[in-house]
Amino acid sequence: MQSQRPSSWYAVPAFAFFGLFAALPMVLVVYLSFTSWQGLGTPTFNGVANWSRLISDGEAHASMGRTLLLMVVSWAVQTPIALLIGVWAAGKQRSRAVLSSIFFLPLLLSTAAIALLWQALLDSNFGIFAGGPQFLGDPDIAIYTVVFVISWQYIPFHTLLYQGAARGIPASLYEAAIIDGAGRFGRFFNITLPQLRYTIVTSSILMLVGSLTTFDTVLILTQGGPGTASRIIPLHMYITGFSGFEMGYASAIAVLLVVLGTALSVIVTRATGFRAMSSQQEGS
Amino acid sequence: MKSRPNWPAGLFAVAWLVIVLGPLVYVLTASLRSRADYLTSGTLAVPENPTLDNYTTVLTGGFAQYLLNNVIVTVATVAIVVLVGVPCAYAVVRGTGRFVQRGFTLLLAGLAIPAQAAIIPVYLLITRMHLYDTLTAIILPTAAFALPVATLVLTNSLRDVPRELYEAQAIDGAGSFRVLVSLVLPLARPAIMTVVVYTALNAWNGFLFPLVLTQSQSSRVLTLGLWNFQGQFGTNIPALMAAVTLSVLPIFVVYLIGRRFLLSGLTAGFGK
Repeated sequence: MQSQRPSSWYAVPAFAFFGLFAALPMVLVVYLSFTSWQGLGTPTFNGVANWSRLISDGEAHASMGRTLLLMVVSWAVQTPIALLIGVWAAGKQRSRAVLSSIFFLPLLLSTAAIALLWQALLDSNFGIFAGGPQFLGDPDIAIYTVVFVISWQYIPFHTLLYQGAARGIPASLYEAAIIDGAGRFGRFFNITLPQLRYTIVTSSILMLVGSLTTFDTVLILTQGGPGTASRIIPLHMYITGFSGFEMGYASAIAVLLVVLGTALSVIVTRATGFRAMSSQQEGS
Repeated sequence: MKSRPNWPAGLFAVAWLVIVLGPLVYVLTASLRSRADYLTSGTLAVPENPTLDNYTTVLTGGFAQYLLNNVIVTVATVAIVVLVGVPCAYAVVRGTGRFVQRGFTLLLAGLAIPAQAAIIPVYLLITRMHLYDTLTAIILPTAAFALPVATLVLTNSLRDVPRELYEAQAIDGAGSFRVLVSLVLPLARPAIMTVVVYTALNAWNGFLFPLVLTQSQSSRVLTLGLWNFQGQFGTNIPALMAAVTLSVLPIFVVYLIGRRFLLSGLTAGFGK
């Protein structure tokens, strides 16, 4: 019997691959955050210089503030809409099936395609609001435009999560509630919402961490502008590292990103008493 | 159980339909208009003399090369993930060594690593390996970052295989490799499809790794090509929208053929 069991060697290629390009970089990024490195040549150790700079960097603090704003607002915008549409789309009616197959279409577009499409639509000269409010050019509005575009892109993904979960709620719960005389709202708040609590946690973690790591959308849509009005932490890291060639300092910002992302998942998970699976690559 | 129609929800759904579909219709119609028409008749005007000129402009402007690069990156990434992911999941579910379980735990911790945070060290590794500005530079990290979700989906599916099936194979005297080929592969096929779709979408739409790890036009992929077109075409928005349409087309075809697989690949590991 024993010989039939797969040997550990079956797992070695996957572990090696993951170790080299995902686990090792996490070790390296911590090391690099204590060095000075211009992207060429060898990184040289410079102690805690990057970290003390991060503590006193006004632009990093401002980016942090914008990132928090982006996380909170896009969570508050996406959650109710995705929840309502997901529950609605869970219905078996033919019309709902047809409409929801259209609702999922934004999932097919790359972030780059979506950012370019909205940039064209909101262009201050040739867009649909030409002559009106400057959705990309007004420093007070730009970050909310980013929230809108992110929501447009990711609400379908979260709708899909809620649709799947809502379909799993036993019909008997609703039948019992109807016998008890519960109305539509009563059923939603007393059955649907409590039954979806774990999905709400999963979806929220994915949204918050996704917003924390938003990058492509902002780079293409606003380049962090006007000025630095929509520069958020990942973009600040990218510009510092790959435009300013201060890779050591950018690594310190990257470490901050990992710590914040992990802390966020742990806090939301603990606060809600649920071990959700979290990924920072997918969803926003 | 028959319920009366839910009018407020229906109205909301129609409003949402406009928000979702409107921009997509815009992309398509704008791509069929001439540049002059777009600039004079307004953003949302219906194309009066629909033209495919924009598509010609885009396809002769390097897009065919980007498309080919995207196909290579996507196919290679999917191949790597399936080839190393399936044996790994098999070893995790049926193996007995502690090494495999420890490694799997580490792999799952990888679910929490954002690619953005790894990009600087990955750039360092890729330049040290002399792979900078090659398609391989995009493929390797893209595959590595798809592995945690892929392995998770595969192990979850293999855990559902009844032990009796493995034992029956053992009585037949099958070795572990034959079990992998004749039992694990067929039974894990739906999970493998999910992994293929999830990985392919990530690779097809990837932006950060290509942005940082490639430079020249010969190794440019679609997403970067789109971004590049923006600078190249300037105010020629119809051409840009033609490029956007072309970039979505292959995935749209997949969506039409296998919506169920596509949607399950999208929510890999998170939904039902």
